[in-house]
Amino acid sequence: MSAELIQSGAEILLRALKDQGVEVIFGYPGGAVLPIYDAIFQQNAIRHILVRHEQAAVHAAEGYARSTGRVGVVLVTSGPGATNAVTGLVDALMDSIPIVCLTGQVPTHLIGNDAFQEADTTGITRPATKHNYLVKRAEDLARVVHEAFYVARSGRPGPVVIDLPKDVVINPAPYTEAAVMHPTYRPQTEPDHGQIARAVALLKQAHRPMIYAGGGVINAGPEAAAALTKFVRMTGFPITNTLMGLGAFPASDPHFLGMLGMHGTYEANLAMHGCDVLLAIGARFDDRVTGRLNAFSPDSQKIHIDIDGSSINKNVPVEVPIVADAGRALAALIEQWNADPTPVETGAIATWWRHIDTWRAKGCLTFTQDMRRGGVIKPQYAIQRLYEITKALDREVFITTEVGQHQMWAAQHFKFERPNHWMTSGGLGTMGYGLPAAMGVQIAHPDALVIDIAGEASIQMNIQEMGTLAQYRLPVKVFILNNQYMGMVRQWQELLHGSRYSETYSEALPDFVKLADAYHAKGLQARTVDELDDVIHAMLACPTAVIADIAVDQAENCFPMIPSGAAHNQMLLGPEHEESGHGVTDEGLALV
Amino acid sequence: MPSSHDTTQRSATISVLVDNEAGVLARVIGLFSGRGYNIDSLTVAPVERDGKQSRINIVTSGTSMVIEQIKAQLDRLVPVHRVADLTQEGPHVAREMALIKVIGTGEMRVEALRIADTFRARVVDTTVGSFVFELTGATEKLDAFIDLMHGLGLAEVSRTGVAAIARGTRVM
Repeated sequence: MSAELIQSGAEILLRALKDQGVEVIFGYPGGAVLPIYDAIFQQNAIRHILVRHEQAAVHAAEGYARSTGRVGVVLVTSGPGATNAVTGLVDALMDSIPIVCLTGQVPTHLIGNDAFQEADTTGITRPATKHNYLVKRAEDLARVVHEAFYVARSGRPGPVVIDLPKDVVINPAPYTEAAVMHPTYRPQTEPDHGQIARAVALLKQAHRPMIYAGGGVINAGPEAAAALTKFVRMTGFPITNTLMGLGAFPASDPHFLGMLGMHGTYEANLAMHGCDVLLAIGARFDDRVTGRLNAFSPDSQKIHIDIDGSSINKNVPVEVPIVADAGRALAALIEQWNADPTPVETGAIATWWRHIDTWRAKGCLTFTQDMRRGGVIKPQYAIQRLYEITKALDREVFITTEVGQHQMWAAQHFKFERPNHWMTSGGLGTMGYGLPAAMGVQIAHPDALVIDIAGEASIQMNIQEMGTLAQYRLPVKVFILNNQYMGMVRQWQELLHGSRYSETYSEALPDFVKLADAYHAKGLQARTVDELDDVIHAMLACPTAVIADIAVDQAENCFPMIPSGAAHNQMLLGPEHEESGHGVTDEGLALV
Repeated sequence: MPSSHDTTQRSATISVLVDNEAGVLARVIGLFSGRGYNIDSLTVAPVERDGKQSRINIVTSGTSMVIEQIKAQLDRLVPVHRVADLTQEGPHVAREMALIKVIGTGEMRVEALRIADTFRARVVDTTVGSFVFELTGATEKLDAFIDLMHGLGLAEVSRTGVAAIARGTRVM
């Protein structure tokens, strides 16, 4: 197209979005973005989903992005529209989700004037985004949009804000096509082959190897997850996934030790503690993963592959740093593994697996469900049944969660075989994430089964999105594990604060069945174990959105648990096991 | 490999080439305050004739692991082109300039002028009751001069912060 074609800023914006392959925008209108909404009204290429709160728009875009591998797009107005979006932006930043968020702004001549609905959006969102832009001339608009998409999806993905003063989207300007390359931002994606050779040499001589893979593998695309699976199977090494990495490796594979970290499995954490060579891929040694840093995997030589150089040697010093895309690095590892003639330490590794199997035999995730009629539902059992029943269906299943105990139980008891099917707020831990994220997933996958595993406290943080589900007939299933407590906080109060349950009882809960009804959805309730399966079947059979309110054991705690400030080999197992004792130090008490 | 157990603090002079775009300085400063890093000195100015690139010189301190982290965090900012740790990469020259106002009369005034002379400070403004000295040099030299002026009517100090560059043929 010719560069001379003159259009309004709003038309340029929509054309640039279309050129970037955008099909859906999640947004909420307001004064400063009226010209953009007017342009949206006059076209059909891009669909707009009207949310009920700007935070939900960002989470919906995150769900869309994580389930498709594409950039999620958000449009909000100036001032409160932009500030409401901030939680979603930080969530996307922490979990490395590619988002482009368009924010309205007061006209350029009013900026700095404390105008109506003015906020310093670029100032507020600077630490909340990977990058942000304030567009001051319509001539720059198309270039900035193309750049923003490139920045959002390149390297370590993240959210990018484009602040759009009202006059900029009204003024006419010529359109500019997307440039092939960004002038300066060029993240390193190819691994250094010398480092790959060093990594393979270390792995080949390992007696107790361990692979620790995170969300970076999922961000690197399905090929990266396939390469990871291939590499694990060809080496025969054990593997664990982080919360963000679940699905990067098939949970049913015997090499998989489950999730690691604070609520990870006994076998995964002890294998991390005891290994002699640790290969970390697309994971960032988060405090929820490492426990006490000076006791983390003390005897291992460490190889760390990450696309973000600042993640390497940040918390844990490593011997072999490799800055690269996880998929490219895994492909190089596979190639080098085959090229390096050194045999693996078969005997030692077999002994290592025997150790792991004794840890596994502990059955750290076991729980006892009273199966008698009227028995109280254990939350773990509810998730286990949800998993088993959905697995038997011939349907694609996506799971989102809110934040808290239910999230950890979902991570422990729902098994993921493929990447991009598990959406949870890992880094920021945002209550209220799950419902809007599920909405975004369902928009991207209209025929799939999308379930938000929720808690009764978290779900109320973005419950208004039930309205969005109704408007767009999105058949999202909200599966609430209702223990009438902010369960994870209650658990910490029990373990660390003398069972003083300060402000964690969910007083005055709504009747979720009536609430569903009010939002044109189906409400279901299971009070006892004998009602559970029927409710799950009814929920799955329902063609509309559903809220299933599952009353679960109020006192149940999430185990295993590494208390704050403790090491991987100091896990607390549940009441099913003989080990107990709290073992929280004063320093541990000060940690979150 | 930086060790997490090494708690020795070191000072580092880091130069950063950035796109001269709106907010870039705020981005760098925000990074330091947001992540709790120290800034002992910071200077910034455009260094290309077309004004498209600026150079930021930062003097910071921390353990080796923290300094490495600072460099990696700076390097991943979108408008950052290059990060150089001048302290680590070889010999370098670091200079700053100060304007120092000394108010006094009689013996003190004469003494201030005499010391300024030995420090090769220039007098850039003078009245019967005051001097403004201009002094360029290493941070320690400026510190020493200012210390001496304390007893001689030191009234006000304005410093530029450190500008630094590698010695020899090495360039960023």
